Amino acid sequence: MVHLPRWQVIMILLVLLAGLVYASPNVLFSRDQANEMAESAGWVPHQQISLGLDLRGGVYLLTEVDLDYVFAEDRENLADDIRRELTRDGIAFSGLGDLGGTIGLTLENAEDADQAREAIAALRQGLQIESLDGGALRVSFTDAETRLRGNQILAQAIEVMRRRIDEMGTREASIQRHGDDRILIQVPGLDDPQRLKEIIGKTAVLSFRFVNENVRPGGPIPPSSEELPAADSGRSGLPSSYVVSKRIMVGGDSLTEAQATFEQGRPVVAFGFDAQGAKRFGDATRDNVGSLFAIVLDDQVISAPVINEPILGGRGIISGSFTTQEAQDLALLLRAGALPAPITYLEERTVGPGLGADSILAGEIASVLGLVFVVVFMVGAYGLFGAMASVALFFNLVLLVAALSVLQATLTLPGIAGIVLTIGMAVDANVLIFERIREEMRNGRGQVTAVDAGYRRAMSTILDSNLTTLIAALLLFQFGSGPIKGFAVTLSLGLLTSMFSAIMVTRLIVVTWLRSRKPQALAI
Amino acid sequence: MALIRKLPIDLQLNFIGRRFLFLMFSAVLMLGSLGLFATQGLNLGVDFRGGILMEVRTPQAADLGELRSRLNGLGIGEVALQQFGEPTDVLINIARQDGDEEEQILAIETVKDALGPEVEMRRQEFVGPKIGDELKEAGLLATVLALLGIGIYIWLRFEWQFGIAALIALAHDVIATVGFYSLTQIEFNLATLAAVLTIAGYSINDTVVIFDRVREKLRRFKKLPLPEVLNRAINMTLSRTILTSLTTLLALGALFFFGGEVIRGFTAGLIWGVVIGTYSSIALAVPLLTFMKLRRGGESDEEDAESKAVKASS
Repeated sequence: MVHLPRWQVIMILLVLLAGLVYASPNVLFSRDQANEMAESAGWVPHQQISLGLDLRGGVYLLTEVDLDYVFAEDRENLADDIRRELTRDGIAFSGLGDLGGTIGLTLENAEDADQAREAIAALRQGLQIESLDGGALRVSFTDAETRLRGNQILAQAIEVMRRRIDEMGTREASIQRHGDDRILIQVPGLDDPQRLKEIIGKTAVLSFRFVNENVRPGGPIPPSSEELPAADSGRSGLPSSYVVSKRIMVGGDSLTEAQATFEQGRPVVAFGFDAQGAKRFGDATRDNVGSLFAIVLDDQVISAPVINEPILGGRGIISGSFTTQEAQDLALLLRAGALPAPITYLEERTVGPGLGADSILAGEIASVLGLVFVVVFMVGAYGLFGAMASVALFFNLVLLVAALSVLQATLTLPGIAGIVLTIGMAVDANVLIFERIREEMRNGRGQVTAVDAGYRRAMSTILDSNLTTLIAALLLFQFGSGPIKGFAVTLSLGLLTSMFSAIMVTRLIVVTWLRSRKPQALAI
Repeated sequence: MALIRKLPIDLQLNFIGRRFLFLMFSAVLMLGSLGLFATQGLNLGVDFRGGILMEVRTPQAADLGELRSRLNGLGIGEVALQQFGEPTDVLINIARQDGDEEEQILAIETVKDALGPEVEMRRQEFVGPKIGDELKEAGLLATVLALLGIGIYIWLRFEWQFGIAALIALAHDVIATVGFYSLTQIEFNLATLAAVLTIAGYSINDTVVIFDRVREKLRRFKKLPLPEVLNRAINMTLSRTILTSLTTLLALGALFFFGGEVIRGFTAGLIWGVVIGTYSSIALAVPLLTFMKLRRGGESDEEDAESKAVKASS
């Protein structure tokens, strides 16, 4: 153990050099400079530790996508198609409806079962049809199909959210899938979560439909129509709800553009349809001059203008009682498209830039002071050997910072606590070795053999004690979220770097000192 | 120069002889902790309880009484205020609102409006009931798995008796820490849970070092009575145990006093845990070994082989 082979010495020195090089951008450059270098001189080590939202400030938002809503919608459509298909085929049935997860129906003649099954199976992929006694059928989507559909909805929701957040002009937002039906949104630098929530939370399903002027709101409503509230209900002179046709004249998916603009000094949203939408809108308005049509957003009527003349160019204006901001937001939502399903917010954490900066400062002060305390203590307790251990401790920190930078692991406030804890525990390996050396010398060994035995015997202890802590750290990483993951990362990396620096670096220092000075007695 | 040389070497403290005293103390500690936990429980943070937490900074030193009356009249249930570090900083805890997630978000806006624009929003956390429950489950699972994982590792590396002793000591530390948080009513959140797991990792670190020595001595001195062997193992590692605890406490002390208000509760738990973990390694884990039938012997006397090897190499 006292004789370090040349290749090991070279390896240790190379690792330390690499540590210094990769840790240096954190000290040498400002964050902006580092970003610039990433573009202009990517080959130079420029990566800095990436700070978590609790240190940088920003919004962390966990949302849940209501997949069941879409699944129920899918079943409703399927039931409609089944009704149409069986009626066309002349198969008599009754009791068609959603039983919550499956569609049930009963055939009048049980011998139609095979024909009915065939007809239904051709309607969709991934259907599962079960025949019960008495001609009853149960139709549902297979688990695989449901999962596929769920994945598709989630991917689509993420895409829409990304477009909306990009349109807000926010940089570096991260939008990730989180489990089966959740999406995690992290926007550094943003300190107004309310606006973010307004932008991404709206389903933004837009439709143009006719108002059913034969029926008064509040009265009996035919099944082809529904009563919807007005978005600006309460404004004088306008009804608080409308009865509108369920049939959609043109849907929001036909929109190609939407811009906030002004008309007669009032904020409005100008929109344009694609060719097909323009034709449908043109045809419908030409045939219904003089009637009312409704612009419906998320089951609320934004406005219900009179068709004065056919609208043939595929362009139009939505005017409601908007503020400028609302008009801009609506245009943004229409451009980015509708969410495939409603979402709810499960968890939200926002840290303002002030608190983040304070936390960084406090963390820096605590780290430096912790380091100073430990160094003073070690030098006081072990003299020269303590100084050697302190040098190793310094390199330990350098390696830890380098590892965090290269791996681009996120540093959080508990992560800083992990670093400080590492500073305190890192000297443990050295203390174990030094105590062993002391003991071996008491047992009458020469200094070289004492150092040798000290290192050799302390090794398995160091390994055991660090591995057990590593187990706890890995579990924290597995089950923790956000900031706690950051703590687990620095604690684990700190354990690895401290083992390297205590075992390899101090040994290199001690061995070099033993060889060059050939001391008569070890001051330990 | 090196102060360590002034420390008495080869202490002959009789830890094992006083093992019943330690066991009594630990039993009282356990009962006290469990009693506190049962009667006054933990001050669960927003992470586990669900609800809303805000940290705000007022332009002048905050008038808690005035703020309290302003916020409690909003009809969003009880609003708890607490000064947080600086006199201008206030922590606002809002109970979980009836109804779904939507209601919680509304409550945040209500409070913000009531506070007015001159108050700086430093932190705002909202945890829905669903996530709160999930975090609680995951936290409990992580703790149990960590203890088991560590126990299994010890069992593989040593013998099962050591594994059991280590597990008991670990459970002791975890319970004592829960008792600490219950007694002080420091907020128990995700970070403090991390502190508990870290304490488990730290305490086992200490225990392993001493166990390593016990194993070595057991092999070397087959004739020596067990209590004597255990005492020697503890005494030989005592200076290391104390030194490492001291350096860790020094670093944690820096974090406690200068690391900011947000992680102070977390650091307090770590400090307590280091102390209790050190105690349990020395006074609980090792003495517990006397109650178990340790296998001794088997291998040849290592002492002779080693000293020969040393002579040959020097």
